[in-house]
Amino acid sequence: MGLLTELRSSISRVTSKLFAPDQGPKRIGIYGPPNAGKTTLANRIARDWTGDAIGPESHVPHETRRARRKENVEIERNGKSVTIDIVDTPGVTTKVDYKEFLEHDIEKEDAVRRSREATEGVAEAMHWLREDVDGVIYVLDSAADPFTQVNTMLIGIIESKDLPVLIFANKTDLEESSVQQIANAFPQHETVPLSALEGDNMDEVYDKIAEYFG
Amino acid sequence: MPGMQPPNGAPETPDGVQIDLISAGRMSNLRTMEKIRTILDSVHDGNIVILEDGLSPDEESKLIEVTMSEISPDGFTGIEIETYPKPSNDGGLFNRLMGKGSDNDNKLTVIGPANRIETLHKDENLISALVTRR
Repeated sequence: MGLLTELRSSISRVTSKLFAPDQGPKRIGIYGPPNAGKTTLANRIARDWTGDAIGPESHVPHETRRARRKENVEIERNGKSVTIDIVDTPGVTTKVDYKEFLEHDIEKEDAVRRSREATEGVAEAMHWLREDVDGVIYVLDSAADPFTQVNTMLIGIIESKDLPVLIFANKTDLEESSVQQIANAFPQHETVPLSALEGDNMDEVYDKIAEYFG
Repeated sequence: MPGMQPPNGAPETPDGVQIDLISAGRMSNLRTMEKIRTILDSVHDGNIVILEDGLSPDEESKLIEVTMSEISPDGFTGIEIETYPKPSNDGGLFNRLMGKGSDNDNKLTVIGPANRIETLHKDENLISALVTRR
């Protein structure tokens, strides 16, 4: 490398550091299939560290139909603190049929509206994943089969973006829960068991969040 | 394929299931949105699409996004999709059908309309689709 080229490269490195935009808190997207407990987890984290919830929880699929953000969640671990923005996203799927909402005693007009909002929400979640998150918490229902195409595709998309990802095996309070099945499905990533509903194993959850996203 | 006629002018069977096997070569010449349109136009027609080489993660992400934008009440309800990573030097039936071997690890992918695929099941070395008639 010539002297002039080397000098220009050094100046470029210094100026890029000097004028780099303020990084701010990392945006951590909470992703996963519908009804995995994403909002329950987001609310648990937000309540534990800010006192506020993020959004309503429900057994009806696609209750979260817009990405919701909680900014500046400061998590303290081992004398250090890590500040993140939590983005709770709608459950990702490849199909939405309003008739599924009718099974939850929802009127047709409301079901059609919910399904339309759900499709917009999934599209928004995908857009966030491609453009706007710095890390991912992937939440799975540990009582459900993790070997689904949506899970495989989403983990593949996350890996292709080189985003740090933690897999949370949620709902360990359920009798049918199998954390090992989730660990077997995605052996390339760390799996953390928890019950967001009961608040079980949250210490390890926060340790891992600080370790991966701090 | 969208608007594809049965070969040799054979009469279209209104209650049949059309399966489009799309070669890696055909897809490789298309841009992302052209690939997605090719897939979704065929799926909208009620067809099952089999991609020899599948899509990249970014293309899969956009496929989900575009699929969501096209769902409508009492109409298109979305897609079912399953993939297989293909091992190197795969000399399987699909490649013989396509007249070529495979030297990459891209994914054989099956995509169909959600409202016509009753079940799309994958195990270790088999994707099995139960498709309803029109």
